[in-house]
Amino acid sequence: MKPAPFSYKKARSLDEAVALLAEKDARLLAGGQSLIATLNMRLSSPSLLIDINGLAGLDGISIKSGAVEIGCLTRHAQAERSDVIARHAPLIARAIPHIGHPAIRNRGTLGGSIAFADPAAELPACLLALDGEIDTMGPKGKRTIKAQDFFKGLFETALGPQDVLTAIRVPSANKDTRIGFAELARRHGDYAIVGLAASARRNGKGLADVRLAYFGVGNTPVRARKAEAALADGSIDAAVGALDLAPNDDVQATAATKKHLAGVLLRRVANQLLEAS
Amino acid sequence: MNDRALDISLIVNGERVQERVDARKTLVDFLREDLSLTGSHVGCEHGVCGACTVRVDDEIVRGCLMLAVQCDGAKVETIEGLSDSGEIADLQAAFEQRNALQCGYCTPAMLATAQDLLKHAKTVPSRAQIREHISGNYCRCTGYHAIIDAVEFVAQTRAKGR
Repeated sequence: MKPAPFSYKKARSLDEAVALLAEKDARLLAGGQSLIATLNMRLSSPSLLIDINGLAGLDGISIKSGAVEIGCLTRHAQAERSDVIARHAPLIARAIPHIGHPAIRNRGTLGGSIAFADPAAELPACLLALDGEIDTMGPKGKRTIKAQDFFKGLFETALGPQDVLTAIRVPSANKDTRIGFAELARRHGDYAIVGLAASARRNGKGLADVRLAYFGVGNTPVRARKAEAALADGSIDAAVGALDLAPNDDVQATAATKKHLAGVLLRRVANQLLEAS
Repeated sequence: MNDRALDISLIVNGERVQERVDARKTLVDFLREDLSLTGSHVGCEHGVCGACTVRVDDEIVRGCLMLAVQCDGAKVETIEGLSDSGEIADLQAAFEQRNALQCGYCTPAMLATAQDLLKHAKTVPSRAQIREHISGNYCRCTGYHAIIDAVEFVAQTRAKGR
């Protein structure tokens, strides 16, 4: 028996989940693919796990007024097979095969990945690159939070202690939308050493509204704004030169290696963004 | 009411099982310790090595990253069930013939994962696709080549039989 003892309750409604979160040290259990690992290692020891799996209406994928809305309990594998996501949220479709392995993607949820906010995870960066939004439900009702205001620090988000992340929303892609994605990991499916999710709008032969969101280089996903401006001006070399990331050394690579790899990824992603534009 | 232990009812390898389990018990520990189904192995216990892979409601999952209480009402299949049903007999034979195992620690989960690929594949998967699908299952003996050979052989053989 590895995890410390805890109580377990299966929530019967979203309102009940919010109410149960009032208990001290209560945690939500969605896909559990990060949470249960931390329980096994006793890195976390909640008093109560509130299982939200099975709550109705939280795993839908739909188009609503020009945006793709993805319910929090949508499994990675379900999103991977979704035609709506492939067509209307191609950056997310491109990123998902990099998340863990098939057995992990069968359980892990999109909402869980965003709420957990691992700095080396793919989806938080995708949401930032797409200027997406996060819907939450708490004791005072619903809130909508922009991705740029959501990721606050290392595993820290704008979610309050009793908030449940209910859905994410990204603008639906159109014919001028360009996306790019690349990451470097020791083994396919492992957390990235460095990764880059990007979106842009085709503007004649060039690009506008370039958004470059790096992951694995800081406490949160990070935008490289100077490089974005340089890329919009048309120069990949200048964009690489303008990268002003400040990663720290970690168990995977030194800061210098990460900075170098960030440039390598930028060249790859810039070429993806410029393909067929 | 004590929520630290709960009654669960599930189908394991075709048989109805009713047990009281601690909330904190993972699925793989429940299978091994309570049901004596020791074919599912416990390696890293944080989702990296893949040795605990089993099938829940027809999809493969990490047995160490699911709680037993979450399987109330579910259908669980372990290597014992997959073996007894004959579903993977061809894969098992190919693994043996091609030396796709040495110590055997990863083998039950490797077979379940390979079967998951073959079950969902509409065409014969490429060697790269096979590698990618089993990328979440560590094998420290074989170097993987023999495993890829075995899975590819079965994929081709099954395609011919279709």
